[in-house]
Amino acid sequence: MEAIVQARNVHKAYDDLQVLKGIDLDVTPGEVVVILGPSGSGKSTFLRCINHLEEIQKGAILVDGQQMGYEIRGDRLVKLSANGVARQRRGIGMVFQSFNLYPHMTVLQNIIEAPVGIHKEPKAQAVAYARELLKRVGLADKENSYPRQLSGGQQQRVAIARALAVRPKVMLFDEPTSALDPELVGEVLATMKDLARQGLTMIVVTHEIGFAREAADRVVFMDGGVIVEQGKPEDVLVNPQHPRTQSFLARFI
Amino acid sequence: MSEAPRQTPSPSGGGEFRDVASAHVPFPVTKLVLWALVLLIAADFAWICANNPNFGWPVIGEYFFNPEVIRGLGTSLGLTVVGMVLGTIIGLIVAVMKMSDNRLAQVLAGLYVWFFRGTPLLVQLIFWYNMSTLFPTLSIGLPFGPSFGGWDTNSVITPLTAAVLGLALNEAAYMAEIIRGGLLSVDRGQAETASAFGMTRGRALRRIVIPQAMRSIVPPTGNQLISMVKATSLVSVIAMSDLLYAVQSIYNRTFEIVPMLLVAVIWYLIITSILNVGQGWIERYYGRSDRRNRVVQPAGEV
Repeated sequence: MEAIVQARNVHKAYDDLQVLKGIDLDVTPGEVVVILGPSGSGKSTFLRCINHLEEIQKGAILVDGQQMGYEIRGDRLVKLSANGVARQRRGIGMVFQSFNLYPHMTVLQNIIEAPVGIHKEPKAQAVAYARELLKRVGLADKENSYPRQLSGGQQQRVAIARALAVRPKVMLFDEPTSALDPELVGEVLATMKDLARQGLTMIVVTHEIGFAREAADRVVFMDGGVIVEQGKPEDVLVNPQHPRTQSFLARFI
Repeated sequence: MSEAPRQTPSPSGGGEFRDVASAHVPFPVTKLVLWALVLLIAADFAWICANNPNFGWPVIGEYFFNPEVIRGLGTSLGLTVVGMVLGTIIGLIVAVMKMSDNRLAQVLAGLYVWFFRGTPLLVQLIFWYNMSTLFPTLSIGLPFGPSFGGWDTNSVITPLTAAVLGLALNEAAYMAEIIRGGLLSVDRGQAETASAFGMTRGRALRRIVIPQAMRSIVPPTGNQLISMVKATSLVSVIAMSDLLYAVQSIYNRTFEIVPMLLVAVIWYLIITSILNVGQGWIERYYGRSDRRNRVVQPAGEV
């Protein structure tokens, strides 16, 4: 099957600090890839490069066949304008560590903003789908609440519904449970496991080894800006080959 | 001695526990005395003013709704509205330019704010009014190149256009800084989220950033609007017949200087009071997402 996300030799640096040193990764439709790794390993940066929130200096990232941040004119690769990049991102959903719901909008308005405003879906249809999504994340009764009136876990579930509302081809999760109180982590992970079962293509950066074990099709372990090891969760998590993976996982046992 | 074990130790000092619901509120003697004293002084002051013939209350009453005064009031209000609307629009553009990644836009916006905030409004008004001495004709053309058409400056720059230009361009410099402060107060993650969802920059600004910035833009803008009401009185120096100019032209005939100035003062106070109330409404509107518990949490919610 044709990969929906293809990353080749991705390099990224902030000034002199080399954060990504040649990442290669293919994600096929329906696959759930969990990226693990210590802080500073570059895993969040790589995720943000996929939808071009961060620019890469070398290599290439293709999402659904399009090179993110660039277009081909004739035989030359030309950098896209900010609005051109925005258009490319429309098939990608993203969930942030700090939820980033729009605080001045109700839950329902948050969810229909992109479908109605950007994808030009009829409002009635967008509202109906938003309600269905809210039911799926277990917040059917919250559509008129403002984000501030919700707990962190509820806010993150709304954020997931908001990302799903644009019917994304791939969903990016950037440490979705790291800003949550421990007792709220479970409800968000349960929602994500549901989505994984339903065949959504997901790339998840997380510290939740349990989620990786239960929901991932593939676990990618990053350290020092490179992919150190990857494979099925039962292999990488149970029987890691690389010493850095071993020492990282040792802390969770 | 055997006593029933106390379940909770009493706080240091060890007294008995008495329910705060049964507490007495002491009678606020000092507060009431101060209120009475202040009201007494205020009443006395009002009495003195009301009975002082120099205030000319009958004159104030006579001229309060004088057609000339009302026309001047209308001019002042019109200038305030036009100056403020234009000033806000130009200010928004300048603020966005100043925050853009484009170095040229940043420099132009910086120069604009530097000049219009750095010189007195009165001087700017007089300059606009006397444009014709600097540039006798205004024309559109290429830089250093041919001109496509021109106008006599004196026919373009009337007292009205000079007043509108002066007030709006000056206001824009202040509004630019207020709007920029408001835009900066919005979490960067909001604009990033909007762009991650594929919003263009303009749409993100309109739908996501500006509505959130409004909460910190409205209070200082209310302040600016009130300043603007009073700043319109400066246009009387360029022969624009605003409220102040109207009362001045009346007291130049009648010599009732203080009563006529009081007419203007009372009108200014009425307008600014109305604006204060309006500002309160707008602030509540933009703070609506902040009110907690507007949606009642159903019982049993986990």
